[in-house]
Amino acid sequence: MDLILLGQGLLSGLLFGGVYSLMAVGLSLIFGVMRVINFAHGDMMVWGSYLAFLLATRAGIDPYLSFVAAAAALFVLGLGVQRFLVDRTLEAPHEMQILLMLGVALVLENSALLAFGPEPRRVPSLVGLRTVWLGPLFVDVARLVTFGLAIALTALLSLFLFRTDLGRAIRAAADNLYGALVVGTDVRRVYATAFGIGAACVGAAGALVSPFLPFQPSTGLGASVTSFNIVIIGGMGSLLGAFVGGLLVAVAESMGAVFLSPSLKELVSFSLLIVILLFRPTGLFGRRP
Amino acid sequence: MSHLGRTLMLIALVILVALPAVLGSRALTVFVFIFFYAYLGQAWNILSGYGGQLSAGHAAFVGVGAYTTTVLAMYAGISPWLGMFAGAGLAALLGAVVGFLGFRFGLRGFYFVLLTVAFAEVCRIVALNTEAIGGALGLYITFTGDPWQFQFQDNRGYYYVALALMVAATGLTAGVERSRLGAYLTAIREDEDAAEALGVDTFRYKLVAIVLSAFLTGLGGAFYATYLFSLQPNTVFGIPLSVDIILRPVVGGAGTLLGPILGSFILTPLAELSRTYFARTGLAGTHLVVYGLLLIAVVLFLPRGAYPHLARALARRRTAA
Amino acid sequence: MALLEAVGVAKRFGGLQALGGVSLAVEAGEIVGLIGPNGAGKTTLFHLVSGFLAPDAGTIHFAGEPVVGLKPHALCRRGLARTFQLVKPFPGLTVLENVRVGALARLPRFPAATAQAREVLAFVGLAAKADLPARALTLAERKRLELARAFATGPRLLLLDEVMAGLTPTETGEVVELCRRINATGVTVLLIEHVMRAVMTLSQRVVVLNQGQVIATGPPAAIAADPRVIEAYLGPEHGHADP
Repeated sequence: MDLILLGQGLLSGLLFGGVYSLMAVGLSLIFGVMRVINFAHGDMMVWGSYLAFLLATRAGIDPYLSFVAAAAALFVLGLGVQRFLVDRTLEAPHEMQILLMLGVALVLENSALLAFGPEPRRVPSLVGLRTVWLGPLFVDVARLVTFGLAIALTALLSLFLFRTDLGRAIRAAADNLYGALVVGTDVRRVYATAFGIGAACVGAAGALVSPFLPFQPSTGLGASVTSFNIVIIGGMGSLLGAFVGGLLVAVAESMGAVFLSPSLKELVSFSLLIVILLFRPTGLFGRRP
Repeated sequence: MSHLGRTLMLIALVILVALPAVLGSRALTVFVFIFFYAYLGQAWNILSGYGGQLSAGHAAFVGVGAYTTTVLAMYAGISPWLGMFAGAGLAALLGAVVGFLGFRFGLRGFYFVLLTVAFAEVCRIVALNTEAIGGALGLYITFTGDPWQFQFQDNRGYYYVALALMVAATGLTAGVERSRLGAYLTAIREDEDAAEALGVDTFRYKLVAIVLSAFLTGLGGAFYATYLFSLQPNTVFGIPLSVDIILRPVVGGAGTLLGPILGSFILTPLAELSRTYFARTGLAGTHLVVYGLLLIAVVLFLPRGAYPHLARALARRRTAA
Repeated sequence: MALLEAVGVAKRFGGLQALGGVSLAVEAGEIVGLIGPNGAGKTTLFHLVSGFLAPDAGTIHFAGEPVVGLKPHALCRRGLARTFQLVKPFPGLTVLENVRVGALARLPRFPAATAQAREVLAFVGLAAKADLPARALTLAERKRLELARAFATGPRLLLLDEVMAGLTPTETGEVVELCRRINATGVTVLLIEHVMRAVMTLSQRVVVLNQGQVIATGPPAAIAADPRVIEAYLGPEHGHADP
């Protein structure tokens, strides 16, 4: 086996894994707290990319700055989806929430299609397409920056969840709804914040990949499905699982792309998913239901 | 069902059988789609409406049925009338695999939904990457107009086949409703633990439901291929088709016998109209935005679908009369 | 051999030893009361016996056959039915449809199962509510429905988990009477109950669980007078067994 090729595959997978982790942590947070699967997750990501695109083409702002704005906008969107839609169906059977989120996904994807057309886009960044050599391996600078920022955002999120009152309330709600209710948390506020943060994570991820990953409205679906895979592999509702799962799936896909064929990389993560479901159905870090 | 209900259904059926005599070709096409989506909705309804196991990846079964039938016809010269059963059988087999993985550990709800989506995507990617079945370009069927090839010179041929599919699936569902299978499936939907405690082998019955549902959906796939003459991985295995399948029974009333038909009569003409209208104005995607808004509205305001409301209105008329 | 025989059954949840080697035998035809303070492990024992949980150690025999590892539906087919402490009616189905699901366990044909379900509804006094959706019932009616559904499966042993909790004294009396009539048809009954008066009048034998151990077994009068039971179950400050 070609060691350089192997190293290159490992490295690029790991770097992309930062984004996968950020996406999956967002999804896992929403699922963990509300037991709602955000079917619009990937479409929210694509909207993050388009916001970066708008800010870059209209105001000349680099995506490595505008990701903050994308995250903020998606936070508001997530908050709104929770407050005005999901909140009204929490008592309904969970199929209803899934259908609701499918509806939101359709609206988001196709309004992007109406607004921006079907052409694939990429957002120019100052970092551009430059590469650096790390010993025998080379890396895109953009991917390196994206990785760093994605990891930093994930770290920031865990600080928030573990060090602030609101963050602790969110974790408590994820652990045990009734416990949180008993101690008198404002559950609606916790829910709205959790959904907002989950959406902000994936929105930031969308902006962060926009310099090197072409996107179009239909990209969202694939991103949603990838996020689902990661979260099942890592363990539904486990944030650590989502983080590790993101890195793992990205590395697996990258190895698949290197050693099989780039178009088959998704199959590698699906195979991983099926192996997990067969042998460890609660995921790597999930608890027994 | 009440005597009145049965009479009404019989009258409706007679009208539908007679209708092609007066309909133009455009209208016939809309009806073919109404019947076809009602049929697929009914197949989905058995697993997800009655059994409560929500599938968001039924396109996988459509695609397997469609591709199998077409490949058998193109490469082996097997008539689609026979090939469709091979396609449905393969779809049922895929259903058994999905069900086995999804139900084996008693993991509920969420996992199953995600698993169905994942399998549909696997099928799509495999089809995209398999040159033998046309890769991304897909397969094209040449039109011969030979009824033995499941092709008709006259649109009415498709009309009657689609109508027969819808009626047969509805008859089958009515039978399921009145059998142990139906009673057990609704029990599983309502409370799985309680069902298990009452002697319901929940794993087995869920498996039966997905195999039956996938088989019927696979047959539908064969119709899809022979009616549209072309197959692409992104259309027959795509999530939008899965959503299309879900939407009609949900709007009409999931877990009710007539829900998928009612939903298809409401939604399919709307979809066809808005598709042609928005395509002409160059606003591709608008009809899907409308779909999305509709889905949200149904969940928020009509969570049990239109059928219960219609049934109540009919009952009221009847007591008034 | 007894109809139900559990020997050395243990179950641990994480760090909590819910049951530490419990042995219990129920003879055919008996009504046995299972009592004990909250957290004593009564419901866990039911989950183990009915196949919803697997024990960490110990054996369980039902009608002479080992049943550990069998799923609940298989146990139901062998004649062991149960109710749930938090009642689980099928809310969207009618009362008749609820009971029919139980009846289908022995009668696979729909008409026969429907007829059986109607008989059971008449037996438990819910015939008038047959066509109402289960969600429209009162708590007392739901408990009765839960009982009817389990009884409709044609069990040899019925496990009843707090079927009287939350009922008025009159309603409780009716359920006690119903249990007696069910027992009179040849069904063995093992019941968890907190309503002392009911357990003591209904049961031929009472088993007391405390902190995952059986601390006493015997006829109701002896149990009510047993100082260990009074102390463990009611706390040292209580003088009599009927709160």
